Amino acid sequence: MAAIDQSKIRNFCIVAHIDHGKSTLADRIIEKTGLLTSREMQAQVLDNMELERERGITIKAQTVRIVYNAKDGNEYIFNLIDTPGHVDFNYEVSRALAACDGAILVVDAAQGIEAQTLANVYLALDHDLDVFPVINKIDLPSADPERVKNEIEDVIGIEAQDAPLISAKNGVGIDEVLEAVVKKIPAPGGSPDNPLQALIFDSVYDSYKGVIVFCRIMEGRVSKGCEIKMMATGATAEVVEVGYFGPGQFIPCEELAAGMVGYLTASIKNVKDTAVGDTVTDLNRPCAAPLPGYKKVNSMVYCGMYPADGAKYPDLRDALEKLKLNDASLNYEPETSIALGFGFRCGFLGLLHLEIIQERLEREYNLDLVTTAPGVIYRVHKTDGEMIELTNPSNLPDLSQIAYMEEPIVSAEIMVTTEFIGPIMQLCQERRGRYISTEYIEASRALIKYELPLNEIIYDFFDALKSRSRGYASFDYEMKGYEESKLVKLDILINHEEVDALSFIVHADSAYERGRKMCEKLKEEIPRHLFEIPIQAAVGGKIIARETVKAMRKDVLAKCYGGDITRKKKLLEKQKEGKKRMRQIGSVEIPQSAFMSVLKLDDK
Amino acid sequence: MDELSIYLHIPFCVRKCLYCDFLSFPVCGDGNTAENKHTGKSYVNLISPQKAAWVESYVNLIRDEIIRTAPEYKKYRVISVFVGGGTPSLLPTGAMRAILDAVRSGYRLEEDAEITLEMNPDTVTEEKLREYITCGINRLSIGLQSADDAELARIGRIHDYGTFAQAYETARRVGFANINIDLMAALPGQTIAAYGRTLRRVAALAPEHISAYSLTLEESTPLYERRREFSFPPEEEEREMYALTGTYLASCGYHRYEISNYARDGFECRHNKVYWRRGNYVGFGLGASSMTENVRWKNPTDGERYRNYVDALARAAEAGGSAGLREKNAEEFALQRLSVPEQMEEFMFLGLRMMRGVSGRTFRRVFGADMEETYGAVIGKLCGQGLLERDGERVRLTERGIDLSNYVMAQFLFD
Repeated sequence: MAAIDQSKIRNFCIVAHIDHGKSTLADRIIEKTGLLTSREMQAQVLDNMELERERGITIKAQTVRIVYNAKDGNEYIFNLIDTPGHVDFNYEVSRALAACDGAILVVDAAQGIEAQTLANVYLALDHDLDVFPVINKIDLPSADPERVKNEIEDVIGIEAQDAPLISAKNGVGIDEVLEAVVKKIPAPGGSPDNPLQALIFDSVYDSYKGVIVFCRIMEGRVSKGCEIKMMATGATAEVVEVGYFGPGQFIPCEELAAGMVGYLTASIKNVKDTAVGDTVTDLNRPCAAPLPGYKKVNSMVYCGMYPADGAKYPDLRDALEKLKLNDASLNYEPETSIALGFGFRCGFLGLLHLEIIQERLEREYNLDLVTTAPGVIYRVHKTDGEMIELTNPSNLPDLSQIAYMEEPIVSAEIMVTTEFIGPIMQLCQERRGRYISTEYIEASRALIKYELPLNEIIYDFFDALKSRSRGYASFDYEMKGYEESKLVKLDILINHEEVDALSFIVHADSAYERGRKMCEKLKEEIPRHLFEIPIQAAVGGKIIARETVKAMRKDVLAKCYGGDITRKKKLLEKQKEGKKRMRQIGSVEIPQSAFMSVLKLDDK
Repeated sequence: MDELSIYLHIPFCVRKCLYCDFLSFPVCGDGNTAENKHTGKSYVNLISPQKAAWVESYVNLIRDEIIRTAPEYKKYRVISVFVGGGTPSLLPTGAMRAILDAVRSGYRLEEDAEITLEMNPDTVTEEKLREYITCGINRLSIGLQSADDAELARIGRIHDYGTFAQAYETARRVGFANINIDLMAALPGQTIAAYGRTLRRVAALAPEHISAYSLTLEESTPLYERRREFSFPPEEEEREMYALTGTYLASCGYHRYEISNYARDGFECRHNKVYWRRGNYVGFGLGASSMTENVRWKNPTDGERYRNYVDALARAAEAGGSAGLREKNAEEFALQRLSVPEQMEEFMFLGLRMMRGVSGRTFRRVFGADMEETYGAVIGKLCGQGLLERDGERVRLTERGIDLSNYVMAQFLFD
């Protein structure tokens, strides 16, 4: 292949609020540039994980290189870098943005700007990207492109009057978008003659090639045989292959040079060594300094994951190992629960990340899991001055050793139409929110800012938000820091025995309410036994709530009819099978589902 | 010579009772009611003309099935016949005779075989009952359910107590010396006192046998659909009714020999005990269940498929006989060849339904294995929980074990 003219490269991404049509536009761009025929086009080419397509969100960044013959007669190379679309993956988004020179901002012609639109566009502007807007879904009856244009100019402050009006779904206006990419997004800078400096914005594990590192070459060049070093992790390796991203495939090439986006492989065994945000340089001719912005990704949400069948523990371990190969932000370490046996304490970026991993374990690895209530990382300051980061409530030190505790707080932005400001603020108050401000975007919409404890939003905050705003509110947040808080550990005793896997940390003021609900929920979950079972909630050894599962008085089939005993046997088998799915706590059998019931405390 | 019991399924009734989930179809049109001095209506010989041909063709089918499968059972002598349903007494006596004649012609029916007919009070006359005796029927099982007319109406029964009393008296008069009365406890709106009155009235009639079942709410029934309209006695009261049944009937000379069955000495139902003791039995008719030589199967429940089966039987004589035919369509017949562990499970959970329980000696004779070795741990645990008790080599349910018998029996299933 002839040397690529750096001035004919465009590295860009698409930013949007969820459901505003980012992935659909990406599909159309790929389709229009002719690398795929319509027939080959599977809906949403970029979201290629089954789970992603089902949930309609992008989890891992996907990237594709396409060739565009512009109206000026030149051939351009477009590198379209898809970004994850959820707050859980904000850091990944920021690294993907750093690999771009510009961004297309997609705004829904009917809904206008939403909380994520703002969050993402500010993130793009922070990375000095040239952003141009397109107005999507102009085919909708409720589309109001003029209003949305004004909104973009007023709220974001970028020129929007000549924004392409498109319908990505129907393929309307895509040419305009492609031309705008050529004109409005700058060509990449950097010199191929400088020492190698490449940004890792993603990586995937391949069982044949090892880790495939997705990178943007900022300076210098890299080719097969080059000895490289990851500046943050310190890992070194020899490049085996470089190439670029065809749609759905990796296409090897001779060399990647400054301005280009592509991949490299170097027989790297673990994605841990190729952290997103790290800088790749030439081991023998290193660059002066790494690229800015690298940070170690920390888990925000923890939970215990146990195989429903204890014998599947090694399978769960293997499955987590495999997922970890591809997902550096997944953390896990073995733990033992008296109630649940051997399992893992797993750390995630957020609740969505948790759910995705859980679903993949169950679906792709065919595991039946028992998951304990997710919690955040609390900081426990002990009287002896030591600070421990608590991820498992069971490890809380004795109260006498605790000086004080801190919990993580997030800054949240909620975009909502004005009629729902009341209910949304009420929700935030209920969740121990601290009101910061209300800004009116336009007459009918406002951006409400709150500081909220992370543990109040990890369960069902998003659902509550949607239901109290009839689906109109949108929400984004970022970590603010830790604050001292009056926290207690709520213990659950079943038949007077504490069940470690059911303990959770809760604010002292809501302990009674949560304890009471938990007891009620467990009463529904635990079947009647031959004896009476008290279910108690306790804080610091003091019982604060109690329910009782009455003893079973009767379990008898009156009639065994006409010699048809198969029905009878099925009934007995069901009873027996039910028992197998139970966990034995002392003399009480508890169904697996009980351990998840803490998640459903707010069900009305 | 091996023993065999025969069940004959007659899937017709006047109308479905609200709690009924048995395989049965109403065959009496609404317009087909005639005067009856007690209820103002009677269903005697009143299968609606539209359904008569269907009923007749069914009678022919079941006769064909009985006769065509007979070669398979040459080695057995038949010790009991049970005609159940549905409401078999709805059939014209000619049809009943034809069916029983088919059994007699194809099988070695013992002289003293127990031949039971299930009947509902509203479907018989003195003449019909006399005919039954000449058919060889020597035991009646009458579905009374309750002596309280309001309770009967609530669960959709078509008769009242007066009709029953008259039918019972007539049955006695024409010579039936072995009668069972079916009762139900825990009916909607039933109090313990009202149930006690039913028990007293029934015991006063001195039937040889009483079955007293607690109402089981089955999901596929109208009673279940409409369960919120009714008030069912709470579990505690249901158990009290159960206890009352045992103590009161004992004082009247009946002993409980199975969870829900009571008899005067010498009148335990021979047919039912075959099920619990895992004797050989064959069921004829739509959806009827069978077990012979540790093979279980069930006839098709779909009319068309049942007809096809009986038709195929006509040609099966050469090709491996009726058993071979079922063997070839094992799935359709839910045919199951019981393994030894499965036989052991059944031995335990069916045998424990009987108050005398199961015997270690029988276990050894049947399986050549020691019951203690196989189930000692389970039995020990359940004895410890007060649910089972030992009596020499026998093991049986305690009173509390009866209340929780499903739990107890489930313990005997292997993993």
